Amino acid sequence: MSILVDKHTKVICQGITGSQGTLHTEQAIAYGTQMVGGVTPGKGGTEHLGLPVFDTVADAVDATGATTSVIYVPARFCYDSILEAVNAGIKLIVCITEGIPTLDMLRVKHHLNGMQTRIVGPNCPGVITPGECKIGIMPGEIHLPGKVGVVSRSGTLTYEAVKQTTDIGLGQSTCVGIGGDPIPGTHFIDVLRLFEDDSATEAIVMVGEIGGTAEEEAAAFIADHVSKPVVAYIAGVTAPKGKRMGHAGAIIAGGKGTAEEKFVALREAGAQTVNNLAEIGELLNDLNLRSS
Amino acid sequence: MNLHEYQSKELFAKYGLPVSSGRVARTADEAVAAASDLGGNRWVIKVQVHAGGRGKAGGVKLVGSEEEIRTFAAHWLGSRIQTVQTTDDGQPVNLLYVEEITDIATELYLGAVIDRATARVVVMASAEGGVEIEQVAAETPEKIFRAIIDPGLGPQEFQGRQLAFRLGMQGAQIAQFTQLFINLCRMFEDLDCSLVEINPLVITTDGDIHCLDAKVNIDSNALFRHPELAELNDPTQDDEREALAAEFDLNYVALDGNIGCMVNGAGLAMGTMDLVKLRGGMPANFLDVGGGVTVESVSQAFKIILADPDVKAVLINIFGGIVSCADIADGIVRAVQEVGVEVPVIVRFDGNSAEEGSRILANSGLNIIGATTLPEAAEKAVAAADSMVPA
Repeated sequence: MSILVDKHTKVICQGITGSQGTLHTEQAIAYGTQMVGGVTPGKGGTEHLGLPVFDTVADAVDATGATTSVIYVPARFCYDSILEAVNAGIKLIVCITEGIPTLDMLRVKHHLNGMQTRIVGPNCPGVITPGECKIGIMPGEIHLPGKVGVVSRSGTLTYEAVKQTTDIGLGQSTCVGIGGDPIPGTHFIDVLRLFEDDSATEAIVMVGEIGGTAEEEAAAFIADHVSKPVVAYIAGVTAPKGKRMGHAGAIIAGGKGTAEEKFVALREAGAQTVNNLAEIGELLNDLNLRSS
Repeated sequence: MNLHEYQSKELFAKYGLPVSSGRVARTADEAVAAASDLGGNRWVIKVQVHAGGRGKAGGVKLVGSEEEIRTFAAHWLGSRIQTVQTTDDGQPVNLLYVEEITDIATELYLGAVIDRATARVVVMASAEGGVEIEQVAAETPEKIFRAIIDPGLGPQEFQGRQLAFRLGMQGAQIAQFTQLFINLCRMFEDLDCSLVEINPLVITTDGDIHCLDAKVNIDSNALFRHPELAELNDPTQDDEREALAAEFDLNYVALDGNIGCMVNGAGLAMGTMDLVKLRGGMPANFLDVGGGVTVESVSQAFKIILADPDVKAVLINIFGGIVSCADIADGIVRAVQEVGVEVPVIVRFDGNSAEEGSRILANSGLNIIGATTLPEAAEKAVAAADSMVPA
């Protein structure tokens, strides 16, 4: 088992004929992801990388039965692309693009309220279930099918954590990059819930960073709802305070948002924390999970 | 992107938020002309910088004569102002704002932000105006009133009324404030603001509501749909090195330590800085070279890091995903040759083409210290920096 995606997941790519869409679709196909088509308005009926290209997401869904879409279109078009995917009945949208206006994501989140569609990202590396389905820009070769669920707000920092779990032979059930934007489509809590319910996941690695209160909310959730061991790392102990994440944002957070506060919240919730990001694997080893 | 007070007030005026008449001035002569243009015999003159706390730093003054205006202008124009919100270097003063005077009865606070946890625009108001609102939030959070804006419905009059009554307003003020509240929310959404703050919002001695100060931040990611706002950017207010870094798609933040850091990815960059500190060192900067690293950007990154005279060692940590460590290695070799790096450079590669990258560095004949793990790299960087500091 795994969460969100597996070998049966049929994926289309919005922006498939662009340079990013092309590069990462090629890599996804090589990894074994079931890429079934792409969407570029005006290029419907053509073929790209051996896949059919459609003018609209609705056409692509009708023809291929895709349930998942990965978005590589430029930031200014993402709002429209996301809503198009939602409208076409896509169940999982993975948005890699960085630089989407915050109010666009605010409106998207509002629109999705109560709907079945999930968005991962934006500004994220994507989602991978090792050996089955890679959606996004992460390097596939550092992953290993296994039993640690990884969830992170960062890109390369996630790769560090992933590689450590691979090096000690535990591997990963699924890795989810929720992205570094102020309003992510999917929060830590959403992913923690999925990992808790996933039979293949035996331990969870959570990588957070300064700003906002998502880690504190995750800590509260862990205390009440997560029985599996959680190893957590927060980046940014040395980050200067007041370097604008937004002056008044700190008011709503009630002074929250520093790495120290997040570490404390997670420890109090029963998570095991590491101050040294290179020790994530070591701590997991101490949990005595069986190697894959 | 931050705006100046005078720019924010021009936007306020467009959206029907009550502001005083004012003129911006670049010279003492312009400031004097502005005052005479506005008429009257007393004005308020304010330095225009991207930082709060100007009043306490002497950057805001009531003036009643040409001489006073000239003295203020001579003191500030071309110099820097240091406030509680600036670095020790302060912000450069190139502009003054001359405004009609307002007779104040009461000072309040009004602000709008995006609350990340709920994904909503939230308007905050408090009767504790004119002081640091963070302090109010920390000490007496019950004195801050909130209205949460529904993205589907927009701001509602009842929300404005509710805030007005809670702030203790009376009579005609209720309707005035409600309109101001609606207009503020409309502006926030139209212009893709990330922050709007009116501190203080005042009730005048005549009983009218008036925006005495104005602070507006625009979401930089949304500037593509607001070209007229993009033009309001004042690069003189940005840290020079941060601005230079941004030109090359590098994210740079200066810090107080002596170990320069160059990393791909913001999270890993912070994690690397944290590890340097954990090993007893202090990072000199945050620098994320981003996903599309080139020889040119590595070279620029070096130049920016080394422009800081405190830097005694440079730690490069690259986890190659899409980026190939071999390409980065080529960039480092060229940069070190071009820029002439005189401090020790410690490099740790992992991921895509890490071994090839390390081989390129080893064969370059340059004085580059390799490390296979990040903790090892951090230790070597701390030791190298320590050895460079005269005992």
